[in-house]
Amino acid sequence: MSEKDIIDRLKKIVEPYVQRMEGLKNFQEETDFLKDLQINSANLVDVVLDVEDEFDIEIDNDSMEGMLTVGDAKSIIQRKISGR
Amino acid sequence: MLKPVDQKSIISQLPYSQPFLFVDEILEIDENSVTGEYTFSAGQEFYKGHFKDSPITPGVILTECMAQIGVVCLGIFLLKKSDSDSENPKIALSSSEVEYFKPVYPGETVKVISEKIYFRFNKLKCKVEMFSSKGELICKGTIAGMMLTK
Repeated sequence: MSEKDIIDRLKKIVEPYVQRMEGLKNFQEETDFLKDLQINSANLVDVVLDVEDEFDIEIDNDSMEGMLTVGDAKSIIQRKISGR
Repeated sequence: MLKPVDQKSIISQLPYSQPFLFVDEILEIDENSVTGEYTFSAGQEFYKGHFKDSPITPGVILTECMAQIGVVCLGIFLLKKSDSDSENPKIALSSSEVEYFKPVYPGETVKVISEKIYFRFNKLKCKVEMFSSKGELICKGTIAGMMLTK
């Protein structure tokens, strides 16, 4: 799966939870879930659960805590997919 | 091995007091569900204004009662099961979507039944229903909260 593919799929997942649409227009690795997209921490849990379903992986607590940006999420997804 | 969790100790750990405690008793509780009861005393202050000359329990209070029994009691239970250092957890309501079917009058006892949808990353999301003492559905919905242990 290419990086672009992961980021495109990630964008679809986060879209329903985004409060700041401007942040979605400029969706890239540096995009911060809380600051740029204004997703609250409770909805970030739902994003992570949706990511687990979409990519058929399991995200642990440590990975969750390190998932602040789109790039962080992408790296974690890549790592989990390759270790599957 | 799961630790036994005393139902009374859960109520004593609730971060609420009068006039905003809406849990009298936990009837059953396990990792997936909780059933509890509360009686709305006719002396509650809000009946004076909701409504003028026609006291009915406000929907937001019914939702609060569902959240306290269905999410907070179950959340405390789950935290106690998983982590012994979870004294006095902080709790934040994160979402609620509730539909109402029947009114609750002063003095009525209601039963709240909640089923866990998931408990992940300290977020507890539940399907919650409230019934009258006759077993009629009063309201139901989905309520979620964050259990903050730090």
